[in-house]
Amino acid sequence: MRRVAVAGIGLTQVSEHWEDALKDLFAQAALKAIDDAGMREIDALYVSNMGAAPLQGQLQLGAMMADTIGMRGVAAVRVEAASASGGVAFHEGVKAVASGMCDAVLVGGVEKMSDGLPEELSSAIAMSEDQEYTAYTGVTVVGLSALLHRLYMERYGATAKEVAMFAVRGHENAVGCPHAQYPFRVSVDRVLASPMEADPTHTLECSGVGDGAAAVILVPADGIETGVEVASTAVATDSYYLEGRKDLLEFDAARKASERALNAAGVSHSEVDVLEVHDDTTITGVLSLESLGFVERGMGASYVAGGNTTRGGELPTNTFGGLKARGDPLGATGLYQICEVVMQLRREAGPCQVEGAEVGMAQSLGGVGSTCAVSVLRRA
Amino acid sequence: MIMRTTNAVGIVGYGAYIPMNRLRASEINRVWGGSGTPIEEKSVVSMDEDAVTISVESARYAVKRAGIDPREIGAVYVGTESKPYAVKPCGTIVAEAIGATPSTTAADYEFACKAGTEAFQTCIGLVSSGMMRYAMAIGADTAQGRPADALEYTAACGGAAFIFGRESEETLADLEGSYSYVTDTPDFWRRGREMYPRHGSRFTGEPAYFSHVIGAAKGLMGEMGAEAGDFTYAVFHQPNTKFPIKAAKTLGFGMDALKPGLIVPYIGNTYAGSTPLGLAATLDVAQPGDRILAVSYGSGAGSDAFSFVVKEAIGRARNPEPPVSAFIGRKQYIDYSLYSKLRGKIVK
Amino acid sequence: MSVPRYWRERRYRYRLIGETCSDCGALVFPRRAVCPRCGSRSLEEQQLSEMGSVVTWTVIRSPPKEYGQFTPYVVALVELDDGVRVLSQLVDVDLEAVEAGMRVEAAFRRVKEDGDSGIIEYGFKFRPIIE
Repeated sequence: MRRVAVAGIGLTQVSEHWEDALKDLFAQAALKAIDDAGMREIDALYVSNMGAAPLQGQLQLGAMMADTIGMRGVAAVRVEAASASGGVAFHEGVKAVASGMCDAVLVGGVEKMSDGLPEELSSAIAMSEDQEYTAYTGVTVVGLSALLHRLYMERYGATAKEVAMFAVRGHENAVGCPHAQYPFRVSVDRVLASPMEADPTHTLECSGVGDGAAAVILVPADGIETGVEVASTAVATDSYYLEGRKDLLEFDAARKASERALNAAGVSHSEVDVLEVHDDTTITGVLSLESLGFVERGMGASYVAGGNTTRGGELPTNTFGGLKARGDPLGATGLYQICEVVMQLRREAGPCQVEGAEVGMAQSLGGVGSTCAVSVLRRA
Repeated sequence: MIMRTTNAVGIVGYGAYIPMNRLRASEINRVWGGSGTPIEEKSVVSMDEDAVTISVESARYAVKRAGIDPREIGAVYVGTESKPYAVKPCGTIVAEAIGATPSTTAADYEFACKAGTEAFQTCIGLVSSGMMRYAMAIGADTAQGRPADALEYTAACGGAAFIFGRESEETLADLEGSYSYVTDTPDFWRRGREMYPRHGSRFTGEPAYFSHVIGAAKGLMGEMGAEAGDFTYAVFHQPNTKFPIKAAKTLGFGMDALKPGLIVPYIGNTYAGSTPLGLAATLDVAQPGDRILAVSYGSGAGSDAFSFVVKEAIGRARNPEPPVSAFIGRKQYIDYSLYSKLRGKIVK
Repeated sequence: MSVPRYWRERRYRYRLIGETCSDCGALVFPRRAVCPRCGSRSLEEQQLSEMGSVVTWTVIRSPPKEYGQFTPYVVALVELDDGVRVLSQLVDVDLEAVEAGMRVEAAFRRVKEDGDSGIIEYGFKFRPIIE
């Protein structure tokens, strides 16, 4: 298998892009990535998206986006793994180059959540779950994570405030980030005073509704000076139902994917300088930190509350704001994370820069941990 | 004419269900400025309950109480005037939910408040004839009361299910005979697209309720050669507190005979569920040897009268399944605005 | 809602029917093609226990489509007495009164409906035990 490098990145701000359709947003990010890579030709296109079918009624995004960016003729396909689509699409793109089948692959994620009414969006997001037995109860994805939120506080004695700090830290990191949806601080009191979304999880503990697109160009590492190499990628799944989980408070898919990716990259936890985790809610961010193996079980909330995940801390996490503050355009989110790790490793993160970052990891979750994609990148 | 069966038939099991919400009469008065209290409070369904769910709950408790294999139930009939579907039987959903399908007959009955006991008569015939081992009849309703109308105070939600089988050591109470008294009397009706029924006010008394209830009761008791004193308990259809008490008095029954089955003050008139629930509440406390008269009334109009004698097996009816009193005691009060939302009088 | 989709799940939803593995005895709900515990393909239908205890719960306040009329409502992870866990709404209970360990039993309720002219969908929910 060949080594793979990231030759270019491009992303849009996360926002309510009323004037832009899916293809308009996708093109903005994709063309930026193509220009950044200085390339004209690609062999294959992977489009990552979760909600286009229910929200825009749109399928066959591969061919659609290839046409939009003037690349008709290339191999193209949509990759969908709910909110892990971005990380999984990246994994597929890496495989295509590593295997030798492709020499230039564009992986781009796009999502337009603002096209749906709140209850339509909620139903669309819940499509990640079994429609007949999980969604049928009327539970939302935030509701599922809220079950874990309550259990976590009960089992480990963590306070609502400690868990809520995950969102606060994200907002701190988003200040100065040009592509963030909410680049401003939010106090923990304000988070806890916000209405309940699904008890005990408050609205300001959940990522918002945003549109965006992010893209990367992957090429073989040999013969190219790109500055960033893909050290490894891994994807794993867990029981599709929370009811079937061995331990409700462990994302087994994250544990597996993290082990596989770190082993394949020859990297240990302590060597990871920058970490982007999937915090669609504060508790999934906390549980991700623990399940990925960075923090002891039950200590995640206090670890974050204690300041260890700030840019200057022991484990800089969600360095541009994470899903909460940078934004979470579902199918595109995983690619935002990859682009952000690349910016860190290239030393192009501006006010969000983590000094001396050499190795970065990005983690993407589908549903409440049914799928997990982990990618490890390093400075080349 | 009294209807007697060629082969003796009895009640093998019964079950009840009453939703937990209660609307006080005083709440209705607060909103509409009235001052009547024909009952204290009535039961109201939650947003996710209807005549089908009430029927299923009642049926399940009945099957458990009977201790039988539901696949041996050959008929599932639901008597109601609040069918969620105008066309599609409640009976099939109940049959599926209790595991009686596919080898069963099922249908819905309509005869206003006596739709449930109407189904009793059919079940008795089916079982007595040997066509099937067990047959189930359910009376359940979520009847709507027109705002500010006298019937709004009493139109309530609830139901009960009865499983009939051939007389044996299993039967909790055996049927001595029944009598149906029916005429074409339009005292209370609802046209197809209307949300609320209409009624003839005072016409619903003597020419309707009393004439048919007394007619059926006297018809049955007369042919049995029985008097009020020969019965331990009497259950009458309960549209309000006054009517059953007056009927009882006319027939010579005292308050003691009426008491266990007189539940309308606490839950209201459950329409097709009324007499079945009153009978269930009576069976909850009856002892072997007790004789029970049950007389329903359905507008349109008619009454079904039954005479049951309680058996030794009634002891096993006191096992885990909750008695009617448990459902009466399980309650939470709602105000008129929540009631309006729950009954679909205000919609988003 | 597709009528066939609703119809094919009705028995499992009405009666809490799951599966049991003939090889290792594991109870499975919802149904699978392969036993999640031992990998056996010998799974048979099994009536699950209708009573259980609440493991954890949440209150849904921003509902998906078709559930708006019920908001707010409780969704809980319930561990049935036979050991299998199910996700379900909790009804007939005060939002503030729900507790871990609360004893609950299966109830039959309306879940949603397809407007005023479509079919009505029913299924199980759990409620505090009526005694």
